[in-house]
Amino acid sequence: MTGRDVVFALLGVVAVGAGLLVVTTRQLVHAALWLVVSFGALAGCYLVLTAEFVAWVQVLIYVGAVVVLLLFGIMLTRAPVGPSEGLDSGNRRAALAVAAGTAALLVTVLVMGFRGTRLNDAPHCPPDATSCPARANGSAEHLGEAVFRTWVLPFEVLSVLLLAALVGAIVLSRTGLATRRDR
Amino acid sequence: MHLAFPLVTAALLFSAGVYGVLARRNAILVLMAVELMLNAVNLNLVAFDVHLRDRLHGGQVLTLFTIVIAAAEVGLGLAIVLLVFRNRRVIDVDRLRSLAESEPSGSSDPSGPPPAEPEREAVQ
Repeated sequence: MTGRDVVFALLGVVAVGAGLLVVTTRQLVHAALWLVVSFGALAGCYLVLTAEFVAWVQVLIYVGAVVVLLLFGIMLTRAPVGPSEGLDSGNRRAALAVAAGTAALLVTVLVMGFRGTRLNDAPHCPPDATSCPARANGSAEHLGEAVFRTWVLPFEVLSVLLLAALVGAIVLSRTGLATRRDR
Repeated sequence: MHLAFPLVTAALLFSAGVYGVLARRNAILVLMAVELMLNAVNLNLVAFDVHLRDRLHGGQVLTLFTIVIAAAEVGLGLAIVLLVFRNRRVIDVDRLRSLAESEPSGSSDPSGPPPAEPEREAVQ
């Protein structure tokens, strides 16, 4: 166990624990705040995995934007602030069985498949090698090159998708449209 | 570091998301659980991108795209949830049964009159 292992294991425990609290807590607002903890720990996991840019995008968009949107949704639907019963539906036992089955299956398969595999991000080069394979690097420079050279078409399509989602959200939340047609 | 660490973490997060989607009845909590599942997939993508040292950075770029799509999804999802709340005054997913065949008188009529004006103003 290196220091990196320990840090990643701690961050993973925090992420999974906060995720479990998100789906089990009895207070709506606390669920959103535990979501912040889970996403922050995941950003730390990305940093440990040398994916810096993805980590900061995760902090900006998930912790900054998505959780704030969810909190807005909680407030606008007039959710009870205190602990409230009845946040879980009747099929809680079936959901627990399905989730436990999913977890057991996935963990078993992944551990059996990747038991001895070490993360291969820092190649060992002999000192007399002329060219060393590139070290894994998730900095903004490398990712920007990849996005704007190789993946530029999906990137542009994604911007159209965002525009469509924006227009759709505006159309859905405008009040006048549907009622005017009905009358 | 073993590759199994991020993979097992992602699998457990995904299972928590599955439990949340199936067990919660508040629509906003269901959206949160969906976000958990998307994040588990992102962790897998980043871990394999770093492990395979992809020269095109396909995994991390796809992670960025997934984050953008998740943001669009949660925006649209919340708009729909707010619309349902404005029309029905309830966002419990197991009480929205007007598309089910049985229990025709279960919830409010979908073509019924919208609620009173002052409430609609207050919701916005």
